[in-house]
Amino acid sequence: MSFFTVDSISLQFGGLKAVDKVSFSVEKGEIFTIIGPNGAGKTSIFNLISRLYDPTSGKLFFEGRDITEVPAHQIAKLGIARTFQNIELFENATMLANLLVGRHCHATTQLWQEILFLPSVRRAEKEHRRKVEEVIEFLDLQAYREKLIAGLPYGVRKVVEVARALCSEPKLILLDEPSSGLNVEETDDMSFWIRDIRTELGVTVLMVEHDMTLVNRVSDRVLALNYGKVLASGTPAEVQAHPDVIAAYLGA
Amino acid sequence: MLDFIQQLVSGIALGCVYGLIALGFVLIYKATEVVNFAQGDLMMLGGFFVFTFIGLMGLDYWLGFLFAVCAMAVFGMATERILIRPILGYPQFSIVMATIGLGYFLRSVAGMIWGTDDLKIETPFSTGVLKLGDLVIAHDKLSVIVATVILCAVLYAFFNYTRMGTAMRATSENMLAAYYMGIPVKRVVSLIWAISAAVAATAGVLLAPITFIHSNVGLALGLKAFPAAVLGGFGSIPGALIGGLIIGVIETLAGFYLPQGWKDVAPYVVLLIVLLVRPHGLFGPSMRKKV
Amino acid sequence: MRFVFKTDYDQDIRLLKHSGYWWSYGVLLAALIAFPYLVGSYLQSQIVFVFIYAIVGVALIILTGFTGQASLGHAAFLAIGAYTAGFLQSQGISFIVYFPAAAIITGAVGAMVGFPALRLSGIYLVIATIAFAFIVEEILARWESVTHGNEGMRVRTLDFLGQPVPRDGDAFYFLCLLVLVGSILLALNLLRSPTGRAFIAIRDSETAAKSMGIDLAGYKVKSFAISAALTGMAGVLFAHKMSFISPEMFTLLLSIEFIMVIIIGGAFGVHGAVLGAIFIVMVDPFLTALKDDVPVLGASLASSLGMSSEGSGKLRDTMSAIGSAAGLKGAIYGLIIMMFILFEPYGLYGRWLKVKLFFQLFPLYKKATFKRQKTYVKSERNR
Ligand SMILES: Nc1ncnc2c1ncn2[C@@H]1O[C@H](COP(=O)(O)OP(=O)(O)OP(=O)(O)O)[C@@H](O)[C@H]1O
Ligand SMILES: [Mg+2]
Repeated sequence: MSFFTVDSISLQFGGLKAVDKVSFSVEKGEIFTIIGPNGAGKTSIFNLISRLYDPTSGKLFFEGRDITEVPAHQIAKLGIARTFQNIELFENATMLANLLVGRHCHATTQLWQEILFLPSVRRAEKEHRRKVEEVIEFLDLQAYREKLIAGLPYGVRKVVEVARALCSEPKLILLDEPSSGLNVEETDDMSFWIRDIRTELGVTVLMVEHDMTLVNRVSDRVLALNYGKVLASGTPAEVQAHPDVIAAYLGA
Repeated sequence: MLDFIQQLVSGIALGCVYGLIALGFVLIYKATEVVNFAQGDLMMLGGFFVFTFIGLMGLDYWLGFLFAVCAMAVFGMATERILIRPILGYPQFSIVMATIGLGYFLRSVAGMIWGTDDLKIETPFSTGVLKLGDLVIAHDKLSVIVATVILCAVLYAFFNYTRMGTAMRATSENMLAAYYMGIPVKRVVSLIWAISAAVAATAGVLLAPITFIHSNVGLALGLKAFPAAVLGGFGSIPGALIGGLIIGVIETLAGFYLPQGWKDVAPYVVLLIVLLVRPHGLFGPSMRKKV
Repeated sequence: MRFVFKTDYDQDIRLLKHSGYWWSYGVLLAALIAFPYLVGSYLQSQIVFVFIYAIVGVALIILTGFTGQASLGHAAFLAIGAYTAGFLQSQGISFIVYFPAAAIITGAVGAMVGFPALRLSGIYLVIATIAFAFIVEEILARWESVTHGNEGMRVRTLDFLGQPVPRDGDAFYFLCLLVLVGSILLALNLLRSPTGRAFIAIRDSETAAKSMGIDLAGYKVKSFAISAALTGMAGVLFAHKMSFISPEMFTLLLSIEFIMVIIIGGAFGVHGAVLGAIFIVMVDPFLTALKDDVPVLGASLASSLGMSSEGSGKLRDTMSAIGSAAGLKGAIYGLIIMMFILFEPYGLYGRWLKVKLFFQLFPLYKKATFKRQKTYVKSERNR
């Protein structure tokens, strides 16, 4: 069985089929991209995977385990982290605090220990901090440690989102439009980082992206979606040449 | 059985008063997401205004009524301009607290100006009863029910058939979009406060013969009207009225049939149970943030 | 301006981050310890109230400031703590048992309130806490076998292992100080560990918090329980300080007063609780002064400025009439709440930070640093 499998999953909002019997699987170490016009249901798939929404039907498998019923807050611990399309950072906290929240799924200390701040808590905190610093180093965020998120520029926030997801040491990372709203240079950086996340950190990447240059540059495989249905899947070149995909994008 | 119907009618009358205040809550909330905890105190102020116009200045009842409602509308607009507009966009709880502060202030100032004695005015509805067979309904209670029905019909027509009403509905759907479409959002919001204060004043005037006019009457009723609005699902106008009726009826029946003490808590117990089952009230839409 | 060179992760974890902190907090603590020997009994008594209010303030900052859950029901938690103490004491149970017992019982009730709070947010939560407080108030009034109903309940002098601790004495002062310092440390420790960060995450984005592995239900309940337990402890102290408790002491107005503490002080830092408590408790002495001293002062000032004795006498009478008008306190409370939210939304602590920054950056301070971005109504409907 594949590393991560989506098996004929559907999601319905009232009469609207946001996701309609979508199946695909992602191999370990792959960069897998979902493309599709606005409202195609890409983010909905992410929300299904991170268990924010319950699927109407279908199943999800991660490392051979059925995760369709796992509560949302246990997904991170299994090794799936994500970013959000419209940036969901903790606005009124420093970047450091944001990244430390990313470590939450590895927290082992009990409430009473934390209230007394026992040496064990201090040790754990330092360990978390060391891991966070590695990510800060990796994504070049040194300048922003003590800055409040609310005061950071958009481009930096996008990177902080990725950093927070990486802090949980995921096996699979879901990136929802990592380059939207970024300028050309920032998009360039992002594409390098995405590749590094795979090669250096060994994390499998599943992303949603509109920027076809970026998609072509980094993806191993692409899945095209429209009106919640799979149009085509394969290498970037194959998918872009597929007549249904061209039709969907040109609105024919 | 007759007892029960009699109590039911009293409950409905009381519920209409709650409903009217709740209506004011909901109007403002729908348009601006501000929860105005001082709504009951606006009602109280309306009562004092009408006392001033009728009791002190000796005006005719209807003229005094009209003046009080107009004066309160202006007062509502001023409140919006001075207190609310500068803090729009703050966390909701801050705004709630600001209106609680306003309530405190109004109560205390009203007490200083008009004293702390129970005041009373003579109205055409103060005496007299309507007899339907064995059922007896006092005119003051009847006037509340009738006025509520009329007011609701007028507001309904206003919101659905006038340009301004449509603009208000648009504003409450999406303020920013309304602004881009050229709707004068600030004026609309001002007007909503005016309407809501006027509705509160109407409630105050109608209530004057039933309870006495006193600076604390608004707090007491506001604290019941608020659960009414929540029960109906904040943001739903029919919900506010139905919520008001439910609270009014429960309170009256509990006061009649249950041991002492239940009268005041029963509405809250019911409210908690409803919220447990339906976190957005009976008619509130349950919305979820999209990510 | 101080430059701190960071060479160790411990530096960020430590509570007293550099020597400046040691100095200022050391001096503050020394002053607080010396206080009872320096000031009169009235002032000492007021300071005890400051401590009690500040404990509740810390509790509210954990719940509202950190976790973002509003509560207008904290008077009920205070009442539960106070009545637990009163009742258990009357059963002959010792302070070292009923003090923690009150905290645990109140904490458990807090957790119970937390459960419905899981599904409620914003205005629905506010009204649910108000409803809860009303119900508690009514229970206290009706459960006469335990609470003596509306007649109220006498609370005997605190007895600490056979040692009486009278409510006006120095020992009681130090006890309250100790509990306050303890709760501040608790809050700060939470803030620098996973639980506190989870609270803040929930406040800022529930969705993201969930995806980061935070169990919303568990942490909301924890936040309610901790906040309630602290308030319950404050309740025990409150009961002993008042020496008499009755249901009408724990109304919605008291809950509002508690919220005022954090609005005035500033809800984003623990300092705010203490500053706000000082402010709120001192409103009463200030009102007394307004009634007694200010008119006399004003009159003598006027006559020294050449006003006739008759005129200055009249002035004194008008001023004292205003000062002693019934309900003046309400008006002042109302004004304070509105003014702080309008003009000082970050509270006294926020103001202090601004002043500090001004001097640190002098002459480069920019006013715009703290300017609030004007937002067009941010919808809280779809949370
Ligand atoms: N919570 C929700 N309630 C109702 N409808 C929803 C909800 N979330 C998404 N939808 C609808 O489902 C459809 C798919 O939405 P989705 O956000 O997945 O699109 P997308 O492919 O991510 O688009 P975009 O490129 O704009 O991000 C849209 O029609 C959207 O309106
Ligand atoms: Mg999307």
